[in-house]
Amino acid sequence: MRAALLAELRAARAAGRPVVLATWLDGSDQRLCTPADAPAALTAAVADALRTDQATVHDAPTPVLLEPHNPPLRLIIVGAVHVAEPLAQIAAVAGFAITIVDPRRAFATAARFPGRALVTAWPDDALAALAPDARTAVVTLTHDPKLDDPALIAALATPAFYVGCLGSTKTHAARRTRLGEGGVAAAALDRLHGPVGLRIGARTPAEIAVSILGEIVATLRGAA
Amino acid sequence: MPGPRPRATLAQVTATAHDLDAVLAQAAAWRAEGLGVALATVVRTWGSSPRPAGSKLAVNQRGEFVGSVSGGCIEGAVITEALEVMAGGAPRVLAFGVSDATAWEVGLACGGKVEIFVEAVA
Repeated sequence: MRAALLAELRAARAAGRPVVLATWLDGSDQRLCTPADAPAALTAAVADALRTDQATVHDAPTPVLLEPHNPPLRLIIVGAVHVAEPLAQIAAVAGFAITIVDPRRAFATAARFPGRALVTAWPDDALAALAPDARTAVVTLTHDPKLDDPALIAALATPAFYVGCLGSTKTHAARRTRLGEGGVAAAALDRLHGPVGLRIGARTPAEIAVSILGEIVATLRGAA
Repeated sequence: MPGPRPRATLAQVTATAHDLDAVLAQAAAWRAEGLGVALATVVRTWGSSPRPAGSKLAVNQRGEFVGSVSGGCIEGAVITEALEVMAGGAPRVLAFGVSDATAWEVGLACGGKVEIFVEAVA
């Protein structure tokens, strides 16, 4: 790899710009590309690599290794509640960069969440600053409409690939009505996962975390 | 009741760095120091394999390396090839697997097969 190409790759990663590093395995060529500027024969494969986030070899006419360099997966957890820490732990293991948002300073403390990135801004301000992209999941856990609703309204206006909200079927119906009256379009409301998580009979905070992360991964991988 | 609305600061929104960034950064740093550097990348895997395609290892002319392309079982052989590539050899694809007697000697004991692309950073 040319040192200049390495610098370009590092710059793309630092900027969170999705690119594919295409390496002709016979050593004849190597470059960064996107679906927009890839050689015609590779356009679909380059798009696939970015979508699936998996390196692949495109074999014809000569083998080309396509390595997607996507921005990191992120999980924004709104609500520094008891489920937040096990969710942060298992999501971190699964490769997500975690941010926990809660303006209630008694909840979002370093003592309760050692080593976590904590944001004590109001959820809508926090989401504006965090700018969820298509590699970001947002989950609200507070059970408090004053905190959950502004977070959900902000999150549903972003390309976040997953937006979920903890709560019962009954509170979720009420939430949908409230958000709809608050001006959120029906199509955006349909993106909202609630009650959050896969139905695995979860009871403990850790089990609820597994159920939520399971649904996030299923959505990311197109299995939901 | 929540108090006044504090604003999010940049320090609060900084994400953690990825392993791969550390490998690429080290490769660039060694190169900037004038050291010979090579990158090894997992191209394809079959069966059981500890590191997925796209995993990288950077190695310098002294044989110091960061990152990984396996559970540690083929790194030695990869580094030997990498030293040859950074000394002017052509980039190459290495294949390791249980069906390969040489690979078995270097210990890909997980039962999988893996291809590794080795290239100099020039």
